[in-house]
Amino acid sequence: MRIPLSWLREYAQVPAGARAEDVMADLVRVGLEEEGVHRPTDQLQGPIVVGQVLSMVPEPQSNGKTINWCQVRVIPEGAAQTLSGDGIDPSGVQGIVCGAHNFAVGDKVVVTLPGSVLPGDFRISPRKTYGHVSAGMVASVRELGIGEDHDGILVLSTLGLDPEPGSDAMELLGLYDQAAEINVTPDRSYCFSIRGVAREYAHATGTRFKDPADGVHVATAAGPGYPVRIEDAAPIYGKLGCDRFVARTVRGIDAGAPTPVWMSSRLRLAGMRSISLPVDISNYVMLELGEPLHCYDLDKLSGDIVVRRANPGETLKTLDAKVRTLDPEDLLITDSSGGIGIAGVMGGASTETSSRTVNILVEAARFDEISVARSRRRHKLPSEASKRFERGVDWQIADVAAQRAVDLLVSLAGGTADETGTDVGTAPEPVLIQLTDTYASGRIGIDFTDAEITTSLLDLGATVDKTASGNETTYTVTVPSWRTDLRIPDDLTEEIARLVGYDKIPATLPVAPPGRGLSRVQQQRRRLLQALADAGLTEVIAYPFVSKLSNDTFGTADAAVSAPAVKLANPISEEHSFLRTSILPGLIEIAKRNHSRGFRDLALYEAGLVFLPEEKMGTATVPPLGLRPPEEVLDALYDGLPEQPLHVAAVLTGKDSPLAAGHSARSWDWADALDIVRLMGDIVGVEVAVSQGSHQAFHPGRTARLALRTGELLGYAGELHPKLLTELNMPARSVALEVNADLLFEAAADVIVAKPISTFPIATQDVALVVPADVPADDVLAALREGAGELLEDVALFDVYSGAGIEEGKKSLAFGLRFRAADRTLTAEEASEARTAAVAVAAGRFGAVQR
Amino acid sequence: MSENTSVAQQPEATTSAAPDPTDEAAISAAVDRAVAAIAGATSLDELKAARLAHSGEKSPLSLANRGIGALPKEQKAAAGKVLGLSRGRVNQALAARTEELEAQDAARILVEETVDVTAAPRRRHAGARHPLSTLQERVSDIFVGMGWEIAEGPELESEWFNFDALNFPPDHPAREMQDTFFVQPPEAHLLLRTHTSPVQVRSMLERELPIYVLCPGKVFRTDELDATHTPVFHQFEGLAIDRKLSMADLRGTLEHFARQMFGDEAQIRLRPNYFPFTEPSAELDIWHPGAKGGPGWIEWGGCGMVHPNVLRAAGIDPEIYSGFAFGMGIERTLMFRNEVGDMRDMIEGDVRFSEHFGMEI
Repeated sequence: MRIPLSWLREYAQVPAGARAEDVMADLVRVGLEEEGVHRPTDQLQGPIVVGQVLSMVPEPQSNGKTINWCQVRVIPEGAAQTLSGDGIDPSGVQGIVCGAHNFAVGDKVVVTLPGSVLPGDFRISPRKTYGHVSAGMVASVRELGIGEDHDGILVLSTLGLDPEPGSDAMELLGLYDQAAEINVTPDRSYCFSIRGVAREYAHATGTRFKDPADGVHVATAAGPGYPVRIEDAAPIYGKLGCDRFVARTVRGIDAGAPTPVWMSSRLRLAGMRSISLPVDISNYVMLELGEPLHCYDLDKLSGDIVVRRANPGETLKTLDAKVRTLDPEDLLITDSSGGIGIAGVMGGASTETSSRTVNILVEAARFDEISVARSRRRHKLPSEASKRFERGVDWQIADVAAQRAVDLLVSLAGGTADETGTDVGTAPEPVLIQLTDTYASGRIGIDFTDAEITTSLLDLGATVDKTASGNETTYTVTVPSWRTDLRIPDDLTEEIARLVGYDKIPATLPVAPPGRGLSRVQQQRRRLLQALADAGLTEVIAYPFVSKLSNDTFGTADAAVSAPAVKLANPISEEHSFLRTSILPGLIEIAKRNHSRGFRDLALYEAGLVFLPEEKMGTATVPPLGLRPPEEVLDALYDGLPEQPLHVAAVLTGKDSPLAAGHSARSWDWADALDIVRLMGDIVGVEVAVSQGSHQAFHPGRTARLALRTGELLGYAGELHPKLLTELNMPARSVALEVNADLLFEAAADVIVAKPISTFPIATQDVALVVPADVPADDVLAALREGAGELLEDVALFDVYSGAGIEEGKKSLAFGLRFRAADRTLTAEEASEARTAAVAVAAGRFGAVQR
Repeated sequence: MSENTSVAQQPEATTSAAPDPTDEAAISAAVDRAVAAIAGATSLDELKAARLAHSGEKSPLSLANRGIGALPKEQKAAAGKVLGLSRGRVNQALAARTEELEAQDAARILVEETVDVTAAPRRRHAGARHPLSTLQERVSDIFVGMGWEIAEGPELESEWFNFDALNFPPDHPAREMQDTFFVQPPEAHLLLRTHTSPVQVRSMLERELPIYVLCPGKVFRTDELDATHTPVFHQFEGLAIDRKLSMADLRGTLEHFARQMFGDEAQIRLRPNYFPFTEPSAELDIWHPGAKGGPGWIEWGGCGMVHPNVLRAAGIDPEIYSGFAFGMGIERTLMFRNEVGDMRDMIEGDVRFSEHFGMEI
């Protein structure tokens, strides 16, 4: 909402020298947010004066254009030029070259004299052009920054002005005025008006407020006026779509009369274009009083006005000349011809006023917030009217606003008002709220005095009844009709605190009961993420929006199975309209961005939620507000959410360390990915079972399936598929991993039971076993462990060999076995026996032969 | 590295005839020669040669010692004693010189092994946390230190938790101001949470009273990415529900937090504002003395007293309990606390951004 200060001054005591910034600073204290300043003089500097065209000589040019060489008088006749400076002619007559032709000798125009500055830092100085020295400019509205029309220069008589030459044109056009733009929160609809903001300004500054409504004399008794009926057969949530409709008629107007400059300049500063006098008047009254009005050409109306819901399939051509198919929920203004407007949203084309309009019907109504909001959304028609109706309009102001518009039509457009008018509808019950001083004080932490409470409430425009009982006073507050936001004691509490001042609220620090610190999972997650950084990886955070292809590639191991994914209804980009089922696409995107910026050696990781929908998605209905839903309804809400486990993923490309003297960096490989997974397991104390795996995004021979001991899948690690890397334009041999961290955390033991430490000597035995090449080393190791029995303390694979000396299709695996007993020194025989037993199991299971 | 400037002494001939074991003078002379040779050895190699010559099997003293066996019985004891002492003196000299020369050697080796430590390469690539994560943890720790707990919830959320439970009436303009990402199908009433407030509702439904929780997490709005907006960002919200909590408690908590975060000089300001889920509501500003363009108030977040309808949605009696809530953006905090000029740096994943912060914030 933009507030022209000249307008605000009519109803609030704004100091003469106050700037828009000062006004905003005051309004911020009472809860309006500053948005910006609109001040023509920030862009526009004089001397800009009224000039009268004394002569104009058309001079055809070689380029085909014809210019006018004009003599323009810029001082009153008979007076002397008081201005001086380069290009100011002491005679008071300026020679100006002008390309426009829409004016004539004798016209009063706006002259930007040498020394003036126009928007865009356009400095006016005498310049040689078309064989003349042009000393100034005859300005168009566009050049002055006060309109878009650049068809020609501004002839002041078209604005109904006939000023003396030499007058200050900026003053004349209202260009010394300025506007403060404030952001109005959705609860405070009354601040979408000068009336509301002036009241708030008075609150903020402790000064007097003059209600513009008080200046309007509603003389006309209701009826008989134009017949209007409210026939809402399908109220939304039981609320009538229209609870007041005031209709007034004014006859014999000159719709083509110019809008006075005082009005158009305020509208312009408020951000609205001047359209025609009747429309400007309705906009002006809306901005002043907050009541959206609509003007109909009375002679285009036929039959009674009926406010009703649309019929199925009904259409309406709106003011913007679009034919709209209506929904049975749309509230319409109709006459016998059909729809003539979508209530509170936009009028219809058939009854629009024009410059030929002679008789006018002014509508001032109140429509239901939700009905207007839905129609506005449905037809994508945000308007100044719908903005106000959606947030709530003062029921009581309708007749005042209609009267104000009628008065202006009479005084500015020369019309005559009908003596009687229409006013139908039912006033809502006044809102009464009971508030105790202890409640208000307790909520805020200030011991409010009776004076503070009473004054605040009265200043709002409420009426207050007090009853005291014991130490407590109860205030029965009748809420003013324009405060549709005040419904419960807490609302009044805020008003009191706001008017007393939030800066008066003291600071006390409440003491929370003893907490339990970070939860186990929160600690695990922190240690895990920190450990990855400690291990040299860099954490990044990608958007969870991915393409279907990304999800189909990374989110599911089997290319033949398309994994379900959540699709956004209104994505930022259609390409990335799915929620991720894997972290990897985002990481790869980021890796590529880093590559393009010259970083090829990367170890990136991200921890984030992935979204794994199952068949059941959401709930068909949403429980109402202000009420705890029954348990089964709550359960359904919980159950309707797709699984969202925390995944941790990493992508490694290029070398593992920086290029440095005396050190050779190694390329990341599949084993590094596995090592990171093992580190993750170590961090939470969970053993990760690794087996040969298969995943469409990974190299078919270099993929590890990661699982818990129970066999439950944790994720995958290994080298990304070479074909995929080529497609993605990623370096060859890039490796990746992705793990469901939630599962890892859950698998962690609550208590780790100590293992006794034997101090008896170790007996070590090495064994080399030849097995078929496709037997996983880990399986052989498990067989050895199983066969060796409890004397085995540890076994490790220390060499893998194939080649000379080993049969084709086989490989040799060398293991070191470490034996130790808890209660004695092992003899060589015992150790050998255990080793033999271990080999026997491996031999039996895989045909392993000792080398 | 030769520090041995003396002329290397050649070991004397050792093949001279064995001295008479009873010839004390000869033996004494042999000892003197031995000691001199040992003292003259300037390296462990020379010392080895001296040892062979003067205490080896064919040295005069060894040969003399061997001659004792052939002596008459009555001379054996005296000669044995003399030779024993003599050989002892030689061995002592050997041991002492060995130690000296070994120490010299060790010192020389250490000098030889000197490196240019400034030429040491960085062999391990240093990793980094994302500053948004680090800041989120820092904030959490402050509240955990105050006895609060950290509550979390899903990012894909039911509409009820995100709006209705928080007193956003259906069709109210405040809902639209949240620029919500909805998911398909619309009849499922699921969305990406627009704030972490659904976690507050979950906390009230699931936890025992009183409640003091901080809810950090990722949130979503349909803003296009630019220098100051991103469709995916992070918030932390606080919620306290207890008997008799007031706006003064809210201010006290925020002040305490601001001082923990920005130092004892930190100041906050509350301005009236509107949120459907709080009444009264306030905008929270923080005084930023180091702001570019001069000190000033910076909009930090929103706060207020929990609306009775929100308490009711969780089955909490607003006649008995009251509460306050607040919420700030982590990106925004990072922007003014750490002078991040462009929000895109936080989401693009350029490694220079995270690595500049390292593990700290």
